[in-house]
Amino acid sequence: MAAITLKDINKRYGDGFHAVKDVNLDIADGEFVILVGPSGCGKSTLLRMIVGLEDITSGELRIGDQRVNEKAPRDRNLSMVFQNYALYPHLTVYENIAFPLRLSKTPDKEVDERVRRAADLLELNEHLDRKPANLSGGQRQRVAMGRAIVREAQAFLFDEPLSNLDAKLRGQMRTEISRLQKRLGITTVYVTHDQVEAMTLGDRVVVLRRGVVQQVATPRELYENPVNLFVAGFIGSPPMNFISATVSGDRLHTPFGEWTLPASRSADLRGREVVLLGARPEAFEDASVVSDTVRDHGVVFDATIDVIEWLGNEQYAYVPYEAPEDIRAQLAELERELDSEALRTQLVVALDASSRIPEGTPASLWLDLRRVHVFDPETGENLTVSALAERGEAEPNQGAGDGRRPAPGPGTTDRTTTEPGEAPAAS
Amino acid sequence: MDEGQLSRGTKAWWWVAGVVVIVYALFPVAWIVSLSFKTPSDLATGNFLPTNWVWDNYDNILAGDAQELFLSALRNSVGISLIATFISVVLATFCAYAIARLDFPGKRLILTTALAVAIFPVISIVTPLFNLWRNIGLYDTWPGLIIPYLSLTLPISIWTLSAFFRQIPWELEQAAQVDGATTWQAFRKVIVPLATPGVFTTAIISFFIAWNDFVYGISLTSTEAARPVPAALAFFTGASQFEEPTGAIAAAAVVVTIPVVILVLLFQRRIVSGLTQGAVKG
Repeated sequence: MAAITLKDINKRYGDGFHAVKDVNLDIADGEFVILVGPSGCGKSTLLRMIVGLEDITSGELRIGDQRVNEKAPRDRNLSMVFQNYALYPHLTVYENIAFPLRLSKTPDKEVDERVRRAADLLELNEHLDRKPANLSGGQRQRVAMGRAIVREAQAFLFDEPLSNLDAKLRGQMRTEISRLQKRLGITTVYVTHDQVEAMTLGDRVVVLRRGVVQQVATPRELYENPVNLFVAGFIGSPPMNFISATVSGDRLHTPFGEWTLPASRSADLRGREVVLLGARPEAFEDASVVSDTVRDHGVVFDATIDVIEWLGNEQYAYVPYEAPEDIRAQLAELERELDSEALRTQLVVALDASSRIPEGTPASLWLDLRRVHVFDPETGENLTVSALAERGEAEPNQGAGDGRRPAPGPGTTDRTTTEPGEAPAAS
Repeated sequence: MDEGQLSRGTKAWWWVAGVVVIVYALFPVAWIVSLSFKTPSDLATGNFLPTNWVWDNYDNILAGDAQELFLSALRNSVGISLIATFISVVLATFCAYAIARLDFPGKRLILTTALAVAIFPVISIVTPLFNLWRNIGLYDTWPGLIIPYLSLTLPISIWTLSAFFRQIPWELEQAAQVDGATTWQAFRKVIVPLATPGVFTTAIISFFIAWNDFVYGISLTSTEAARPVPAALAFFTGASQFEEPTGAIAAAAVVVTIPVVILVLLFQRRIVSGLTQGAVKG
């Protein structure tokens, strides 16, 4: 077991593609860290650099207190579960699990002991004599995990281990992996594009975008205080709603009325004309079911709901609205980066299951203004979170110790000096 | 082979078609076998079955006049073919592995050259080889045949094996390396077992090519020192010079076919066994 330290790690491929840019990360001993991001964000490349299957272009990788940049995979003593399991088809399950031990010339008796222990843990006992070809997907996945845990490795690396399983099995294996990691207490790095896995498994989550770390934080922090539009849009399902607003003094003009943010959420909006407001679906509610004690913390507005999806425990309502062209283009761009496609600008609103708002009629909705974020539409930076951080109210981002804020645009730290009246030109 | 799903009619048609193919393919073989049991006087009657079943022809080649000629030829054929096959498979395995796995300049050149060599007509290089071999002392020796056989077997071995290697998931080797294997161990413990069916298929093809060769065999040998069976058959003589040695040749042909059949039966299971099934998600 060991800590893993990444310092200014870069990966540039032969064709000039810069896949991973200046990644700094401290993974503590025994920690479960998730690398997450849309496809092509460099998360797998990063993992393969840690395990040694990919050369590191520049930077330093330390495992424990040793620099391992130049070491071959076998000298790093890490174990890895591949996306497609990579089981040895000519060996039985037993020999598949024993393979790393055989390579290290472990005595037969110890091999047997450890394979049986791993098989016990993963409930593979009755399959030990079978070949991988005769196993189901979930069983193969467990064999791959058995091969990883049988050895006393310094850390476990998972490369999208659940993406080939069906939804139900995926849920079960997710819990199983979490249980296993807690039980063994081994440093784990886990790559996924599935945000549910990211949120449920990790002690900390690293969100990557185009090879750049966006935010390193606990799942809760990521959800409640995303540092920029990208993280806000990526984490959460259904995703956060973004509403454009024009600034006039303290007031924000939105397509749904004129709102004033409470002091706890307000950011320095001087010199800005347009901002994006972000609100998660559950920040909304049917105005008629909101209790009077909290009603004052939000605003009530009228909107026409065109579709309602009733899920039993809650229901999602969709409210289409018109957004300015440039904002719409920007949101569409964001959606593309997140591997989805925006067809129209709409609010997704989570309503209490008891709400009886009918489809297609104007309804009265309530928005909790204490849960609204203000984003800079150009840099994507979350102004609310920055303001909180400046006032020292927010939980500091763990891990990214230098407090770097990886918003893509320049001048994010001294935004008060940003040229006033910099309205987003039609793009 | 789940035939239960086929309807009765379809099944019957498959049987008929199968029998037709088998008869077409095996009839000449059956004829040769029948010939080998005939007496010389029986040869020209045109009957399929011999009037008298006799072992004379086999006696002749294995213990009689033609014994010396045949047995030494058999020994030469087996030895030369096996050695040529072995060398070609070993070399081709390394070569194909490099072609399938590594990126190096000249990769395409190797493949095209191999193909070009395979296309080259054997008959056109026999005469120069004959002269060269006589000058450097390889004429009528085992190496003198093994080397030209390699030029026949290597190209096809390289092509089949590199196709095989390309199908083996690359990740298995990486997994082995992460598990603690050196590049060599990963090759030996993971890639070789998976490639075995491919290697055996290649070996059989190579063996047949060497075993069946006639042109080199007859041109580059002159005595029993290296003459292989196909060439030796041409030197069989009848009881008198007016008598064709058909019976003896037929018997020799049958004997020569036996090792090939055994070889196929032996390796069949290894060839058929699933290649990379279950390695990755399926």
